[in-house]
Amino acid sequence: MRHPRAGDAIGFAVAALLIALVGWIELARPFGSSLARLTAGLLTIDLLIRAGIFTIILVGLNLLMGYAGQVSLGQAAFYGMGAFFSAILTVRAQVLGIPAAVWSAWWWPWVLMVAGAAMVGGVAYLIGWVILRLRGHYLAMATLGLGIIVFIILRENLGLPRLNLTGGFDGIVGIDRLRVGALVVWPAPRYFLLVWAVVLGAMAVGLNVVHSPIGRALRAIHGSEAAAESVGVVTPAFKAQIFALSAAMASLAGSLYAHFQAAVVPGTFGFVPSLELVVMSAIGGMASIWGAPFGALAVLLVQELLRTHVLGILPAVSGELEPVVFGALLVVIMMFWPAGLVASRRGGQRIGVR
Amino acid sequence: MGTGEPPVPTVIDVPHVSPRRRPHVSGQAALAGAIGVTVVVLVALGRRFGYGPVDYLQLLVDGLRTGVIYALVALGFVVVHRVTGVINFAQGAFVMLGPMITISLFGMPWLPAPGQRLLLSAALAVLITAAVGMAVHRAALHPVRAASLLTRIIITVGIYIVIQGIALIIWGPRPYVLPAFSTLQMADRTFLVGEVIIQAQTIWIWATAAATVGLMGLFFERTVAGKAMRACAVNRTAAQLMGIRVDTMATLAFGLAAVLGAIGGIVLGPVTRPTFDMGLELGLKGFVAAIMGGLVSFQGAAIGGLVLGVLETLWAGVTLAGFKDLFAFVVLILLLLIRPQGFLAAREEAESP
Repeated sequence: MRHPRAGDAIGFAVAALLIALVGWIELARPFGSSLARLTAGLLTIDLLIRAGIFTIILVGLNLLMGYAGQVSLGQAAFYGMGAFFSAILTVRAQVLGIPAAVWSAWWWPWVLMVAGAAMVGGVAYLIGWVILRLRGHYLAMATLGLGIIVFIILRENLGLPRLNLTGGFDGIVGIDRLRVGALVVWPAPRYFLLVWAVVLGAMAVGLNVVHSPIGRALRAIHGSEAAAESVGVVTPAFKAQIFALSAAMASLAGSLYAHFQAAVVPGTFGFVPSLELVVMSAIGGMASIWGAPFGALAVLLVQELLRTHVLGILPAVSGELEPVVFGALLVVIMMFWPAGLVASRRGGQRIGVR
Repeated sequence: MGTGEPPVPTVIDVPHVSPRRRPHVSGQAALAGAIGVTVVVLVALGRRFGYGPVDYLQLLVDGLRTGVIYALVALGFVVVHRVTGVINFAQGAFVMLGPMITISLFGMPWLPAPGQRLLLSAALAVLITAAVGMAVHRAALHPVRAASLLTRIIITVGIYIVIQGIALIIWGPRPYVLPAFSTLQMADRTFLVGEVIIQAQTIWIWATAAATVGLMGLFFERTVAGKAMRACAVNRTAAQLMGIRVDTMATLAFGLAAVLGAIGGIVLGPVTRPTFDMGLELGLKGFVAAIMGGLVSFQGAAIGGLVLGVLETLWAGVTLAGFKDLFAFVVLILLLLIRPQGFLAAREEAESP
């Protein structure tokens, strides 16, 4: 019998090769080719970076929704917390009285990235202990409320208008690029390599969780919480841990987003983005770590096609077709492939999911 | 999820109850206590601005105006939830469609007298919204009635996005104006009661809501369809065995919810500026109000709407304006944690269907 995780190893090898190939094409431009030219303008490095950032969130979200069966309609809140944590403590460092020797050092944003993930994970752990007592649709509602609360707090300057930490509606601009010593992680192809390296790391963590005793406990919780408890699974602890892990991943993605976009606005992290994450997760298959990059890429491609191609056909529609297509996509997927959400009916009973 | 499975009867999802027994407090008493404490805290906060009794009375009137709208929206949630078990997040879309369709119809000169035109436009808008509501159920929820509850709830979220997206295409992002019912102009007549200002539209809102709720009561008490719907809410399987078309009743419930939402949106129209995305906020607030009644109690939802409206207005009056929306969602999470079965669910109503 094949080693149960041989497939994962092959997957990682292929993924690493693909990432290296794309990075090489974009950095070296062999024979004047570029990603955009090779894919007829379909894929750009920009799109792949954003897909990578979303994939990091989705790995966490899939662990939470697909494996532990706990729905989150507010995941963008953690994404936003990470983004604003990085943005505030780099751009507003001077105002906050952080010494210049610290905030101008190249390692400062990296420290923030890790610290942000740890902080957001910790906050989520505390919230999780309380909120994850709720089941089914009540939990969905609570996370929805949580997402909106965080969005409002970000939009309203954390309730401290005089300090103007989050910049209100307009957010924060002028976030520096990441550096390693003197090497700037920019232009985009370099950033692409960084983001996708983190993606592979997140997926490795995700797969390890799935295949570990924790993963089995999670699937047991998904199957039946009472049954899981009866065989000694400490349900609230596991749920809170996985909630914290998914939040930390979202926060990390947020930090990467902040340094990629160089600007953050609260609108990026509101209610609708949370729903978009659910759509991505559903497309990729909620109970699937490997589905995450495909879900993210699929949604971003649809977005891109709507912006570039459909607009040409329907000039009267001024770029506002997107929500309709998204909503319809969500409805259709849920109607015909609900396995995404309730997932692991099958997977939950077998140890090897997928 | 296997599609061949029979529809699972809805069980009201009560969170894990810890084995240690809590002292028994009736829902009403707990709610009264919570409201009392909140009011005292908010009034104390208001002293910073030197608010007097008149200011608080004004906030109360304004709060009751918004609260009535929340109550109507909440009733829509309860109707759908009791008959189908689904939390219908498309409810907010109905609240938006009401005033937007009314405005479009009112803008067309198909009847010379503006008063009649407004009335007929509003009536037509309610009917169209009801049709949309029933179509939504037939097209998107009826085919998946055997799917898990969560799947169906996410579908309603998707439907909300679709309807709002279509509204954006039709009406664009700008805010619209619905004339006040009394003057048929933007400027409304106002009354001065003591020193408290009451707009004529506020009276319209209260009167319309009262009439709507009264008619709904008659529908449930006196008509065969209404009684059949109540039967479905109590026990779907038994209702089906009695020959009631459960699926038809579910469609009807969506229609009724759409009517409630549309009416709420239309009467609110003149005091806000209706936009394509007004449904999100009103829908979620209505949902919070419905949760106060545990999503099963009509009275609870109605009272919940009023309470939420008043407290939220008070909160908005004494804190930062931008924090207005925070209140409802903090209340939502607290409610879900402390008492998801609702404060105001009467015993016979709360019995799980």
